[in-house]
Amino acid sequence: MATAPTVTSPTRGKIFNRPTWTTGVGSWLTTIDHKRLGLLYICTAFMFMIFAAVEAGLIRLQLLSPTMNIVNPDHFNQLFTMHGVTMVFLAIMPLGIGLANYFVPLQIGARDLAFPRLNAFGYWIYALGGLMIYTSWFLGGAPDVGWFAYAPLTSLSHNPGLGVDFYMFGLFISGIGTTGTAMNLIVTIINMRAPGMTMMRVPVFTWMILIMSFMIIYAFPPLTIAFIEVILDRTFGTLFFVQEAGALPILWQHLFWIFGHPEVYIIILPAFGVISEIIPTFSRKSLFGYPVMILSGILIGFMGAAVWTHHMFTTGLGPVVNTAFSLTSFVIGIPTGIKIFNWLGTMWGGSIRFTTPIIYAIAFLITFTLGGITGIMLAMPTFDAQVHDTYFVVAHFHYVMGGGALLSYLGALYYWFPKMTGRMMSERLGKIAAFITVIGFHGIFFPQHIAGLLGMPRRIQTYPAGIGLELWNALSTVGSWLMGIGLVLIAINVIHGLTRGKRVGDDPWDARTLEWETSSPPPYYDFKVQPVVNSLDPLWARKHPEAMHVTPPAPDAGAKYDAGGIHIPGQSWYPFLASAAIMFGCYALMYDNFILAIVCGLFFIFTIFGWAFEGVGGHHVHFDGAKENA
Amino acid sequence: MPMRWLRRALPVAFLAPLLAGCSLDGVQSIMSPAASIAREQHGLFMWTWYLSIPVMVGVFGVLFYVLFKYRRRRDDEMPDQSHGNPMTEVILTIVPIIIVIMVAVPSVRSIFRTQTVVQATSDDVVIHVTGYQWWWKFDYPQYGVTTANEMHIPAGKRVILQLNSGDVVHAFWAPRLAGKVDLIPNQDNRLWFDTDPDGTGIFTGQCAELCLGAHAYMRFRIVVSEQDEFDDWVAEFQQPAVVTTATDPLIAQGRQLVASKGCIGCHNIGNYSEGVKFGQPQYPDLTNFGLRHTVGAAILDATPENVATWIRDPQEVKPGARMPTLWQANDPNRDQEAAAIAAYLLSLGVEDGTQALAQASTGGN
Repeated sequence: MATAPTVTSPTRGKIFNRPTWTTGVGSWLTTIDHKRLGLLYICTAFMFMIFAAVEAGLIRLQLLSPTMNIVNPDHFNQLFTMHGVTMVFLAIMPLGIGLANYFVPLQIGARDLAFPRLNAFGYWIYALGGLMIYTSWFLGGAPDVGWFAYAPLTSLSHNPGLGVDFYMFGLFISGIGTTGTAMNLIVTIINMRAPGMTMMRVPVFTWMILIMSFMIIYAFPPLTIAFIEVILDRTFGTLFFVQEAGALPILWQHLFWIFGHPEVYIIILPAFGVISEIIPTFSRKSLFGYPVMILSGILIGFMGAAVWTHHMFTTGLGPVVNTAFSLTSFVIGIPTGIKIFNWLGTMWGGSIRFTTPIIYAIAFLITFTLGGITGIMLAMPTFDAQVHDTYFVVAHFHYVMGGGALLSYLGALYYWFPKMTGRMMSERLGKIAAFITVIGFHGIFFPQHIAGLLGMPRRIQTYPAGIGLELWNALSTVGSWLMGIGLVLIAINVIHGLTRGKRVGDDPWDARTLEWETSSPPPYYDFKVQPVVNSLDPLWARKHPEAMHVTPPAPDAGAKYDAGGIHIPGQSWYPFLASAAIMFGCYALMYDNFILAIVCGLFFIFTIFGWAFEGVGGHHVHFDGAKENA
Repeated sequence: MPMRWLRRALPVAFLAPLLAGCSLDGVQSIMSPAASIAREQHGLFMWTWYLSIPVMVGVFGVLFYVLFKYRRRRDDEMPDQSHGNPMTEVILTIVPIIIVIMVAVPSVRSIFRTQTVVQATSDDVVIHVTGYQWWWKFDYPQYGVTTANEMHIPAGKRVILQLNSGDVVHAFWAPRLAGKVDLIPNQDNRLWFDTDPDGTGIFTGQCAELCLGAHAYMRFRIVVSEQDEFDDWVAEFQQPAVVTTATDPLIAQGRQLVASKGCIGCHNIGNYSEGVKFGQPQYPDLTNFGLRHTVGAAILDATPENVATWIRDPQEVKPGARMPTLWQANDPNRDQEAAAIAAYLLSLGVEDGTQALAQASTGGN
């Protein structure tokens, strides 16, 4: 096999030539490479996470002691709204999608996602939608209605400013990208697995991404409908949520939570996947109960659609509805409990190496178990009638979202950093930062359980002295400083890792799945030879066939699948241009500039035609020196 | 290395919540219930809390045992690449099912005990609660009484609240009595609770659903009193003592200012003159204000100083409040006139203006 690839290019396109930059800004704006887009997703998500952390820091500072006056009530409302919107829509969910972008093709032995340009579109519309929401800080104030934006707070009569428009338009368009990417991931995972990789040999992370993608497909349309209804109300004067016209504002709550509860699992399932990769790797054991893990993930995906009104136990739906949704919420605790037991079962009998990723995984297990226990408590409508909309709930969902998803994504960052960069982050600094972050995290959120039980509602910018809340809020704020230090140390470690990190080989962790088979960082064609699979944990089977009781396929068994060369799709301007057209169109609608909106709409239609007719593009890579045109 | 950390952190993690459990009483605490519904809610929480202790001990115990026992040693051999064990997995599936059943059965029973819709009988006290940005209106249709931010109920009776909203979504939350229910525009919600026969006292509550602006200051009081005291209170409101002339010149000046400064353009004051209704329904009714314990939607005790401070500059006390400032910033008469209005308001419904304050200081905050 020749080492230097030869490249053959197909015919040019029709409207514009497809760009071919490999470096520079243009190469990033036009990239369709799933690894580059994955990195863009991950970096953008971490950027938004920094914004959200600053907002959280200000919130905690304001609540340090009773009757503080660091931010006024309006700014406080904007801060917690943007913190929630950012964390849910712009940071943690895209982080899972970004990791999926990067690692799903590598884990299943594919060369890219099924629709590379759709993937680029998904990224750009998410990033531009997110940035659009953030411009609201400079254009008359951020949204201040909470991340749930309950009607009729969002109606023009209660909220004439532009903040709500930014919320509706920004999340509406980033939701388009999320839905497109979810479809892309489904097609990729169903159709593009390596030869021999049956569904029951797919790594658990990829499985969880598959379930997450199906959940996105069913969860986002109700939300999009709700957004469009409010946009129509505010821009064109319809009456969906205008209470003076007799509208029932409860409709928004149903639409929002039909999305909102699946969203919780959309966020947490990739995290389950990450934990299911980290624990086997560092225990040197196969995942305990792989089929049960997959099935419990699927059950969570199904049940996730049937629990939404447990967010609405206090809206007066009546005892029968409350009972039904209480029971479905209990049921969803069963597969989650099974998952926790199976992770313990994986470590049982293993040989556990304490690296930074597994420290995060252990912190995840502890935090998520506690969050699960409070979750079961909250699923009881009788008790929820007390703690709904109190700091008890705040503590609960930060235990599952922050302690569950965020901590496991930090573990994923350490785990996959050598694969993405070819360098290691400092393990020593990583462990110190992990302990500070985890202790800080519990320092923030454990006292909030007690503040909630003592009678502290959510979303209040001040609280009176003398009802027993002082100590718990002060502890919580001090915890936020500690966690801030931990996050700064992690950022330092990332920079240190990028610039001075020790260079490592393809498989520094002695891992099990296919992404560790290719070089670090992976070449743009991902795998030199198409991988072929005949068991779970294919890399581990190659390294230790005797322990796995399999005969791994020959290293070049997949060469015949590459007979025509590896097709690398061409770059394209259109995903970026289409996203920009949508974003500017939204600005135009927001400012009631309908002419500009129509211009943007026409330009969008042009980009779609350009997208469709720009021709095949791309090139083929050959390692055997054969010359051939596509 | 991390093992030592974890072993030290473990007892702390368990002890902290247990120790904290001893001191969770408070004036607004779910953990000090004072009525049957709140006790049911609290009892359910305690049941799951006790149930969660063996779960935590089990999960964390196994976790730390595994981390210690199976930590990697130098001479480790390749662990058995087991993919699972059907028997274990069946057990691991049954355990969470049993736990969930142990929670679900008492939970469902209590839903029907606490949330079933009850029909009002003549023995019950029915109150229409309307939430406005950012105060509470309490109407007593049985008695024809309207008041704001302070709900009076007799001890030992069942109270049925009909909840509605005048603008956005609010939530009525009385932690020690009844939990909470949302107030949603165009929707009739209900909440009922029993008060104990000897359960007199003053209980706090507040809005628990974001309603923008002064949401954090949207508080209320529930005054549970003996039946005869309650009857007196109702009688005071049915026939508010109309005082048109006052011996105290400050009160007399205050009465004039209430009209000239435009207070009665928004607020009804039943004591101002016989049989005339002032104001508009979407602003707090100030009839018998002297009987109130608080001002500004239960954020300040109703002392003369606090009431004057509130009238003088509402935005200073309650940022975002709808109440306008009635004076120019440099008006030299501002402090004096605010004090006069406060004196007048605090005299409404009482012969001796100190009566309400005495109640306020003896009540539970």
